[in-house]
Amino acid sequence: MSILSKDRTIAPPGYSRWLIPPAALCIHLCIGQVYAFSVFNLPMTKLLGISQSTPDDWQLTDLGWIFSIAIFFLGASAAVLGRWVEEGGPRRAMFTAALCFGGGFLVAALGVSVHALWIVYLGYGVIGGVGLGLGYISPVSTLIKWFPDRPGMATGMAIMGFGGAAFIASPLSVWLMGRFTTPTHIGVAETFVVLGVIYFVFMMVGAFIVRVPSPGWKPEGWVAPAQAKKLVTTNNVFVYEALKTPQFWLIWWVLCLNVTAGIGVLGQASAMSQEMFPGRVTAVAAAGFVGLMSLFNMAGRFFWASTSDYIGRKNTYFCFFVLGAILYAFVPTTGNIGSITLFVLSFLIIISMYGGGFATVPAYLRDMFGTRYVGAIHGMLITAWSAAGIFGPVIVNYMRQYQIDHGVAKADAYNTTMYVMAVLLIVGFVCNFFIQAVDKRHHMTREAELQAEREGAAA
Amino acid sequence: MAQQSSGNGLKLTLAWLFVGIPLTWGVIQTCINALLLFK
Repeated sequence: MSILSKDRTIAPPGYSRWLIPPAALCIHLCIGQVYAFSVFNLPMTKLLGISQSTPDDWQLTDLGWIFSIAIFFLGASAAVLGRWVEEGGPRRAMFTAALCFGGGFLVAALGVSVHALWIVYLGYGVIGGVGLGLGYISPVSTLIKWFPDRPGMATGMAIMGFGGAAFIASPLSVWLMGRFTTPTHIGVAETFVVLGVIYFVFMMVGAFIVRVPSPGWKPEGWVAPAQAKKLVTTNNVFVYEALKTPQFWLIWWVLCLNVTAGIGVLGQASAMSQEMFPGRVTAVAAAGFVGLMSLFNMAGRFFWASTSDYIGRKNTYFCFFVLGAILYAFVPTTGNIGSITLFVLSFLIIISMYGGGFATVPAYLRDMFGTRYVGAIHGMLITAWSAAGIFGPVIVNYMRQYQIDHGVAKADAYNTTMYVMAVLLIVGFVCNFFIQAVDKRHHMTREAELQAEREGAAA
Repeated sequence: MAQQSSGNGLKLTLAWLFVGIPLTWGVIQTCINALLLFK
């Protein structure tokens, strides 16, 4: 379909580049809904019994797989389809993401209606998960090309949307379910249909706003630095060639370790705050703490990615690892001295750096590998997130259980975990320390770039 | 040129409102909940 082709999305003269961040936000504010999927879990355990679960109703453990499958397909599709996204342009990728994500909801609605869990897995998990992966990486390289002067800020804005989407999805889903639920029926399927249609339309708006800059375009008044910075290349590295560089794998570990440290406590924040301050932090207050953490997760994405434009990507990650390690090591002390304020402050800063790690990495990849394949390379790096999604919760949960099984009081059970997280961040610091500019032999030659452009046009 | 600039301004305003309104609404909801819960 020609309207979706890259050629048809070249910006006309006078097009404002500030339309690109809202186009990207149209996508990320929708797909970030995945973080709020848990609001459907409890209602879906009572689809047959209505007021309470019956033996034929779905179990929470089975429903947990919907999120896991979606996240797995997010990583897999971003890694496998990254080059297709890069070469076909953002509109085709955003359109496909809208079809998959919106369509995934509709298929899942069918699964809920006929009470077949495998259809929900297929719909939201597989089809929706592919939409998540395509949508996540689709605006990245376009933003970087439009904002060569501030790539961190530009990608930070989009990825901030992913972090903030749950704020919209969670109350909207609860409200919709309330509207469709009757004394004899739970309105999950109808809510899925409405959400699928809303998200499809919202994402399509982004797909039709988005434009790529014309070849050779530069921001008005901006002059590329005459002397290239040591860690910012002006060359390009082919997508699969990047996998052969130590830089890719060092950044993979940098992201994985930073995310592992954050994701482990993000899921446990509520329980941790109550167990470290028994009798002082109620379940209600803990829920408020989780809400605050989500806000800092979102704000950190924009703040740290924008800051990286001024202090550099490597220094930004040094901040994450040094400050993060100090704060993690300090958390047990906040428990010992009984300071809830210091505990909350420590975690708010930690979680802002967790979000910042996601948002700063596309610009880090651009600095290392150039702009040509940054979206596709970013897609492959997303596997670090998937790995961290397993490591983080496993470390926190199993270490806590191990401590309790060996007679450690619940209030102290997280101490060792905090020290382990601090050590992980120190390992991340070492990985970041060894990142140097990519060797010239990995750079694309002029002929290779022209060949890639021809192949892209043919695709 | 001035016409192009005002056209761009309108598009920019609409585009940012389109994403800004739901995001702001969601953030306000979260803040209200967080403040209520800490009372």
